[in-house]
Amino acid sequence: MTDEIAISVNSVSKNFKLPHERADSVKSLFINPFNKNRKKFESQHTLRNISFDIKKGEFFGIVGRNGSGKSTLLKIIAGIYQPNKGNVSINGRLVPFIELGVGFNPELTGRENVYLNGALLGFSEKEVDNKFSAIVEFAELERFMDQKLKNFSSGMQVRLAFSVATILAESDILLIDEVLAVGDADFQRKCFNYFRKLKKDKKTVIFVTHDMDAVREYCDRAAFIEDSKLVEISDPDSIAQRYTKLFMENTDKEVNLLSADEKRWGLGIIKTRAVKIELTDYTIKIKHTIKSTDYIDGFVAGIRIRSASGVGITGTNSKLERIKLGSISAENELNIEWSLPNVLADGRYYVDAAINGLDGVEVYDWWDEAASISIKKDRAVPYLIDPGFKVNIIKGD
Amino acid sequence: MEFFDKLKQRYRYSVILLRQLVITDFKIRYKSSVLGYVWTLLRPLALFLVLYVVFVKFLKVGASIPHYAVYLLLGVVFWNYFVEVTMNGVSAIVGKGDLLRKMAFPRYVVVVAGSFSALISLIINLFVFAVFMVINGVPFSLNILWLIPLILELFIFSLSVAFILSALFVRFRDINYIWEVVLQAGFYATPILYPIALVYNMSPIVAKIMMLNPVAQIIQDARHLVITPVAVNIGGIYGNSYARLIPITIVVVFVAVGVSYFRKKSPSFAEEI
Repeated sequence: MTDEIAISVNSVSKNFKLPHERADSVKSLFINPFNKNRKKFESQHTLRNISFDIKKGEFFGIVGRNGSGKSTLLKIIAGIYQPNKGNVSINGRLVPFIELGVGFNPELTGRENVYLNGALLGFSEKEVDNKFSAIVEFAELERFMDQKLKNFSSGMQVRLAFSVATILAESDILLIDEVLAVGDADFQRKCFNYFRKLKKDKKTVIFVTHDMDAVREYCDRAAFIEDSKLVEISDPDSIAQRYTKLFMENTDKEVNLLSADEKRWGLGIIKTRAVKIELTDYTIKIKHTIKSTDYIDGFVAGIRIRSASGVGITGTNSKLERIKLGSISAENELNIEWSLPNVLADGRYYVDAAINGLDGVEVYDWWDEAASISIKKDRAVPYLIDPGFKVNIIKGD
Repeated sequence: MEFFDKLKQRYRYSVILLRQLVITDFKIRYKSSVLGYVWTLLRPLALFLVLYVVFVKFLKVGASIPHYAVYLLLGVVFWNYFVEVTMNGVSAIVGKGDLLRKMAFPRYVVVVAGSFSALISLIINLFVFAVFMVINGVPFSLNILWLIPLILELFIFSLSVAFILSALFVRFRDINYIWEVVLQAGFYATPILYPIALVYNMSPIVAKIMMLNPVAQIIQDARHLVITPVAVNIGGIYGNSYARLIPITIVVVFVAVGVSYFRKKSPSFAEEI
């Protein structure tokens, strides 16, 4: 391994044994020591022959569907699981963030937990001492450090854990497993700032995620894992596209299921019959067909656009637009055309359609993901909105 | 010097972690109990008191041995340590399952941490024992320093047993019940509340076998050296002080088996728990 390489994964394979009947108690060993069935187990392959190198200072993404084996790979790199074949060599000090606040004890105070968590990450009391005030300040928990952790709100606990992890763990190599999945918007912003800092400081980072926007923005390279195999290592853009495509194929197959699950609810007196999208380079038209089964004296209809990861981007309804949708008699149809400039960035989006009572409380028909939009633009930006920019260069004299 | 630096570097993480785990364990052990750390003293003392009243006062066991109360207390304190370390050991790995699945740290640290916490209790208890010695008028001598190698032997033996039990418990979840029974039987099979001489008078063979138990050898050696020469140690039973080498060999075997079994099993703990 040269000095340039931070992590080298060499033909790693891992399978888990899933026993049919396990000798969990000594009794079964004694009663039937020669029972051959006892030894029977299924071998589940989670990783097959995976090899790659990560250079020093690289921000490396690992993406794949749930159950594809990416978390197992991360745990093998972290040394928590041992591979059945192959090996991983690491050049530098590695700190894993498989989960925030590992080992936090509710009976200890905030202060004591910082030292315990620090020790688990491999930092001595002296090292924690030096950074203690920075940790507390970053977590904004000055007044609470001598209270027991069980009296902290969950948000405060996450803040403390994140603060310990980020301030303390100034190591060369970091493993991050979807830390971003938790926390509110403010916390996520902090996470992203931290990522930017890691990138600026040229740390080696392995980042497992489902968030393709994050992959595009932060990663230098990314690996795509599918069915326990490493399918592709490439630039983040092509990996993100490949992942999104995979997701699209899936939703098309499952489209019939949608109507039966929790994505749709309401009283059903009046329903959304269809939501159709018409797309041009400049506008998005959402055609919303509504049909009533009974006479209704006024209602509110609306739509909302969300990103593939579920973040609300924009939306409106008839009330906001100051349009009165008057009475509608039974078995009548109504078409609403919502149109907006096509400012969405390249990627996939969902449209939710809703019909509510005039008071806004009664739900007649709420349909999450009633339709989807695939925006194709000639470039990909790591943001949700790509309205097109005009850039002027003004030269000095 | 370089060798020590390397050693320090290699075990740095383990030492840091061990220290914090022992501190944490001690801090939360008696949290929200009214008497708190007093329980460290009360538990062996209560057992001692019961045994003293029943066996010494009513059944007149040990009338032939001077300072029998102190003699009994020392046995109880040592036995109590063995029980605490091994019972902690059984659940040490499984109890920290959540941690094991998320961090890669040397697995043995959690087992060692449990035995250090118990060692702190043992030392506190030995101070109480010293007070009892004074009250009972047992003369102090330099022989008391012999307690150090004896406690070391007890520490190593208990820890090896704890290693084996903790690794076994990951696969076989009834080890804890089995071990409770073993300990109960062990309490009576070890000469704690009766003098070993009593057994010897009935059957020398049985006494000889009983003294092969390292815990029995340690307790009797400690009593012999610190309290009264009337307490018979393994040398006295066998008529040869080299007989001591047999239980010491047993300890060495346990260390070898415990360490190698634990090392073999520990890489798969995270996925098996």
